[in-house]
Amino acid sequence: MDVELIRLTKRYGNTVAVDGIDLKIRSGAYCCLLGPSGCGKTTTLRMIGGHETVSSGDVVIGPRAVGDAAPAERGTAMMFQSYALFPHLDCRDNVAFSLKMRGVGKVERRARAMAMLDLVQMAHLAERMPAQLSGGQQQRVALARALVTGPKVLLLDEPLSALDPFLRVRMRTELKRIQAELGLTFIHVTHSQEEAMALSDLVVVMNGGRIEQAADPRTVFERPASAFVARFIGGHNVVRLPDASEIAVRADRMRLGPEAGAQAVPARVVSIEYQGTSVHVGFEADGLGGPGPAALTAIVDDGAYAARPLALGQTVPLGWDEAAAHRLTA
Amino acid sequence: MTDAVLPALAEAPAVPAAAASLTAKTRRRRALAYVQAAPMAFVFGFFFLVPLLLTLMVSFWAYNEYEIIPAFTLQNYVDVFEGCLDTGNACTTLRTYLSTLKFCALTWVFTLLIGFTVAYFVAFHVRSRNVQMVLFLVCTIPFWTSNVIRMISWIPLLGRNGLVNDTLMGMGLIARPIEGLLYSDFSVVLAFVHLNTVFMIVPIFNSMARIDRALIEAAYDSGATGWQTLWNVVIPLAKPGIAIGSIFVVTLVMGDFVTVGVMGGQQIASVGKIIQVQMSALQLPAAAANAVVLLGAVMLMIVAMTRLIDLRKEL
Repeated sequence: MDVELIRLTKRYGNTVAVDGIDLKIRSGAYCCLLGPSGCGKTTTLRMIGGHETVSSGDVVIGPRAVGDAAPAERGTAMMFQSYALFPHLDCRDNVAFSLKMRGVGKVERRARAMAMLDLVQMAHLAERMPAQLSGGQQQRVALARALVTGPKVLLLDEPLSALDPFLRVRMRTELKRIQAELGLTFIHVTHSQEEAMALSDLVVVMNGGRIEQAADPRTVFERPASAFVARFIGGHNVVRLPDASEIAVRADRMRLGPEAGAQAVPARVVSIEYQGTSVHVGFEADGLGGPGPAALTAIVDDGAYAARPLALGQTVPLGWDEAAAHRLTA
Repeated sequence: MTDAVLPALAEAPAVPAAAASLTAKTRRRRALAYVQAAPMAFVFGFFFLVPLLLTLMVSFWAYNEYEIIPAFTLQNYVDVFEGCLDTGNACTTLRTYLSTLKFCALTWVFTLLIGFTVAYFVAFHVRSRNVQMVLFLVCTIPFWTSNVIRMISWIPLLGRNGLVNDTLMGMGLIARPIEGLLYSDFSVVLAFVHLNTVFMIVPIFNSMARIDRALIEAAYDSGATGWQTLWNVVIPLAKPGIAIGSIFVVTLVMGDFVTVGVMGGQQIASVGKIIQVQMSALQLPAAAANAVVLLGAVMLMIVAMTRLIDLRKEL
């Protein structure tokens, strides 16, 4: 179902956590709310899910504004950051919990819970208590529990942050698979731009209670709307030109040495990080408008770097592809 | 995961060489733990287990008007249950136990209801830790004076010409003073509830404070109403606290004789009272036998209670 936020605002006393945001998420989309901590992304998610009252504005899910409706009436389900599995119930009863609350009979709710556990490949551990499961397994159960009532919108609050990096990548694939299989709208809160890029059809970058940019991941990466987005999404250098306008240049489009071009400035090498397929070189350069020396990064192909290695402290001309420069509005 | 593996890897090569000294170290550490536990074990053994065993022993001794005779006899136990095998009217022991059990059950129900409600309020509706602490101190105020003074204080309140009767008569609601306010089953239960509710509040609050608030949200998200959340999430997770509080209350009421005596106007029998009377008559073996029977009864109740509470998990 479509989800639309209209001038959605949340105030706590005098502080504004979410500042009149507008957003339209179409049905079946995977949307990531991305931003640093305190940017209002979790509060937004909780307002969509009915776990936080709305100060002003509206949440529209499908055809109607949901107002103060309870989560179950909205057709949303939430997966909590700490999973929030009931410690006194085994996996099957955890998943069957919301069916029990709706008065579904024991046999039917257990059968439906088992079907859901099957979907997340946890059927073989149905009798286990949550304390006997690993983090990844707990998360699968939490996912099954959220999905069992057939919600139209699934809300995920930093679902992968408690997992180790290896498991995180695997669960990421799994989430995407389940989303595609069920055709649901997923709204996923994260502070990892990598996660947002990998998963979403729609990336919503938030800062200070406002939306900085809402677009597909490619647009966000190719044409960041603001210096904040360019910095937060990573892989960009924000350069202030002599006319005080700012541009964002992808770090892999920086040019070194003889290829640096007309705009080149002398830059000092301050860090070199070998990354396998590429080398990340950190520079400090004066004369790029800012008050002090500007910190810039260039991502150099490993072959090209091997052909022309650099040393710390060395000064080289640093420029960029004119075509790769993206003018920032703010 | 790596955290767990790394130290093990680092230690592994060192183990064969240092194995002997390592076990010696472990042994020393274990010995130290026993030394640390010894004072408590000594106090527990000397002041609790030994007297208990002595009581058990004395309960099998004989006695007459002048002396206690160290001999093995079951007569004391036979005396306890004297007449209990007769059909028709119940024996004294049985009637006394039933009366005490009735107080126990009533007190348990009321302290549980009140204690659970108060603990729920403090745990879920009071946000600030400091306010929670203040409210707990308020709960302990009745304990700032002695038990006897607290019980005597009921007399001007509940007595025939006490505050309650005077007020009700002054308002014209009753023509004659209500007789049953003081020195009745009512006043006994009232005093028990007043004395023991705090023993319910504290353990139940402790269990509730440990409930992750996200679980309440998860229940709400699953469409549970407030009552459904209470029944399906809060109560099951507060069960350890309920069990501990119940054990406190049941054992305190079962063994009590002062409250029943004072609040019952010395007219209501209780198991504790029987023991006390026998002791003041120096019929120590009889008192010991009664105490052993009481102990057995209380332990049975505790076992039954823990069973009941575990059973609910299966439903």
